[in-house]
Amino acid sequence: MLATLLGWLLRQSFNTQPWVAEAVDEASYQAPFNAKPKLVALTTFLAVATSFFALILSAYSLRMELGDWVPMTEPQLLWINTGVLVLASVAFQWTRNVAVGGRMSQVKPGLMLTGVLTVAFLVGQVIAWQQLFESGQYITSNPSNAFFFLLTGIHGIHILGGMYVWARATARSLGGRDVDAVRHSVELCTIYWHFLLLVWLVLFGLMLST
Amino acid sequence: MGYVALADRDHEIEHHDPQTFISKYIWSQDHKVIAIQYGCTAIFVGVIALILSAIMRLQLGFPDTFSFINPENYYQFVTMHGMIMVIYLLTALFLGGFGNYLIPLMCGSRDMVFPFLNMLSYWVYLLSVIILLISFFVPGGSTGAGWTLYPPQAIMPGTPGVDWGILLMLLSLVVFIVAFTMGGLNYVTTVLQARCRGMTLMRMPLSIWGIFIATILGLLAFPALLVSGIMMLLDKVVHTSFFMPAISSMGVDPGYTGGSPVLFQHLFWFFGHPEVYIVALPAFGIVSDLLSTHARKNIFGYRMMVWAIIAIGGLSFIVWAHHMYVSGMNPYFGFFFATTTLIIAVPTAIKVYNWVLTLWEGNIHLRVPMLFSIAFIFTFIHGGLTGLFLGNVTIDLPLSDTYFVVAHFHMVMGVSPVLVLFGAIYHWWPKITGRMYHEGLGKWHFWMTFLGTYSIYLPMHYLGFAGVPRRYFAMGNTDFMPESAQDLNAWITMSALFVAATQILFFANVIWSLRKGPKADPNPWDATTLEWQTPDNPPKHGNWGHELPECHRWAYDYSVPGYEDDFIPQNVPADTAPAGRDHAEVKS
Repeated sequence: MLATLLGWLLRQSFNTQPWVAEAVDEASYQAPFNAKPKLVALTTFLAVATSFFALILSAYSLRMELGDWVPMTEPQLLWINTGVLVLASVAFQWTRNVAVGGRMSQVKPGLMLTGVLTVAFLVGQVIAWQQLFESGQYITSNPSNAFFFLLTGIHGIHILGGMYVWARATARSLGGRDVDAVRHSVELCTIYWHFLLLVWLVLFGLMLST
Repeated sequence: MGYVALADRDHEIEHHDPQTFISKYIWSQDHKVIAIQYGCTAIFVGVIALILSAIMRLQLGFPDTFSFINPENYYQFVTMHGMIMVIYLLTALFLGGFGNYLIPLMCGSRDMVFPFLNMLSYWVYLLSVIILLISFFVPGGSTGAGWTLYPPQAIMPGTPGVDWGILLMLLSLVVFIVAFTMGGLNYVTTVLQARCRGMTLMRMPLSIWGIFIATILGLLAFPALLVSGIMMLLDKVVHTSFFMPAISSMGVDPGYTGGSPVLFQHLFWFFGHPEVYIVALPAFGIVSDLLSTHARKNIFGYRMMVWAIIAIGGLSFIVWAHHMYVSGMNPYFGFFFATTTLIIAVPTAIKVYNWVLTLWEGNIHLRVPMLFSIAFIFTFIHGGLTGLFLGNVTIDLPLSDTYFVVAHFHMVMGVSPVLVLFGAIYHWWPKITGRMYHEGLGKWHFWMTFLGTYSIYLPMHYLGFAGVPRRYFAMGNTDFMPESAQDLNAWITMSALFVAATQILFFANVIWSLRKGPKADPNPWDATTLEWQTPDNPPKHGNWGHELPECHRWAYDYSVPGYEDDFIPQNVPADTAPAGRDHAEVKS
């Protein structure tokens, strides 16, 4: 990630002669990314979140090697939750496609469906926690449990953050105005949902395999 | 091209022009007001940290003299001094303060891209400061774990502030990181998307480059502190064992199983080392612009300077474990990290050479900002060279945890960035307030601060060589320490009190300038960068009146031969003034 960034910065700066003054020339002045500012901000935020999750995972892999680690058995419910989250991502992609295609009447049900699926995922996660509590596995039982609760919790908080933007977009779409704003929100949310799905798949895969 | 429209949203700005006092100065979304809010808050906590250091020095210089200093609150003062200075003063003032003020003005945009988020960033930062300050007053007081907050001692009984202090400290850090992330997203997006026409990346002043790369470092490194903070909170509150080893405390088993304190150190320093450069890179950038402006000469090797900033930014992520040579990690790691540490010295040295070469044959004006900038070169070389000592495992081992280390990091990331901050405040003061400061007072402030800090930190190196350990409340009876070490300590304390008192001159200058200072010329230094070309001084909301500036040249057209003035502002078209350096006869 960092390497890409550095490469891009070097490409921007290589072979230029900044000390030569030139008239403003549209051709020589390209926007660094042909994107809307919110997309740039979201991408930057995804980099931050990636760094965040990657660091927890590196802590996970270092902590795993110590003597007191007992691998935990993940609740089977997580498979269903994963499926629900995949469906939420697919639903968002569909909503985005209809929004970009201009069929705004279908955006409302699309957003609703996504919301229901995402809430279902979160509820499923909470139920998985309760199943663990009932079987006597608490956050302090073992470091593997502690990481399980930490990772699922933090992932859930990120989804809740996304739900805030989703709620605003939904409220706007119900109002029926700001079609462009709704479309833009839906596009950004879709990227974010895919990202969180990817993060979840990585987390889940890691927890299953260890 | 959406970004141009964004930078040019004139009527939108007019529409949102704040009318009332509260929307103008309190809940303001104007980047300049937010910058001043950030700046005042950061300087306020900085003064608290300065007072704490004075109290620490009283104990070290004159042990057994002051009854109000006991070992517990000594450690609390050490901890809070370090934490406030690094995070709540330096990071906040460079990025929240100068980042906010300079990015839109130097890039020629009307404001940050997300003004509301920007405002939120400041208020969340203020919240983190308030949480931090509350921790002084809770039962048991603030944490005394040292600014690195190493477990297990940070959350074990016996450490001051173990009940509430550490909780509030961690909470405050988490809140700070949220604030920084909101601000950081704004700085990055604004630099990338909202520059005015003609402001290519390679025409940006080095101040912006430094702030931009430092922000990226912060965005990628603060998550490491967030992770370690959250995990330590869990260790403390619900007794998980992320970092806490199986340990017994005063005969009681607190129930931890085999966690890894070294894991915390890795996470902490993965944040902690980039943090050094989060503070240093903006200082590098700003000092480059100050030197160039006041030496009336273009910065030497602009492209090299940009690449050096980028290279330092990248390398700063792979040197963290040089803080951990004595932590018990795998000794082979030490060789790797010693190597990367020496490599990062290369781009840093390039920057130093280029600063010195910028001064070479320049038309140097020894105004207050310039004095601070030149002093920075001294202190930075000094602190950088001792860094080369400490970066090598074999030299670090005996010097570890001595005053040599204290002298090193205060020189390189305490004194140096603070000198730049003072230089920057004096330099942009006429733009921020519209008034001039008192030159004489400023010079007195400079000389007393500069010589005073040398008088503090130079002797500390000798204490370190003598093996005097840092962090000790009192030295006790130790054979290896000569009697004279105590005399030196007393001298250092006197100097520290002197420097602390000297800062009154700075505040006197601020008050004098705000009340009686003469009205400043819009461009008192004859500088080229865009912030000096605003139609109003200080700039109004929206910065540029009705028309955005266009950028036609780099920021360093000083003393271009064949032009009447010795500077050509960035918005002067190429056909009305010499078109830059390579058309000019370069004096040999």
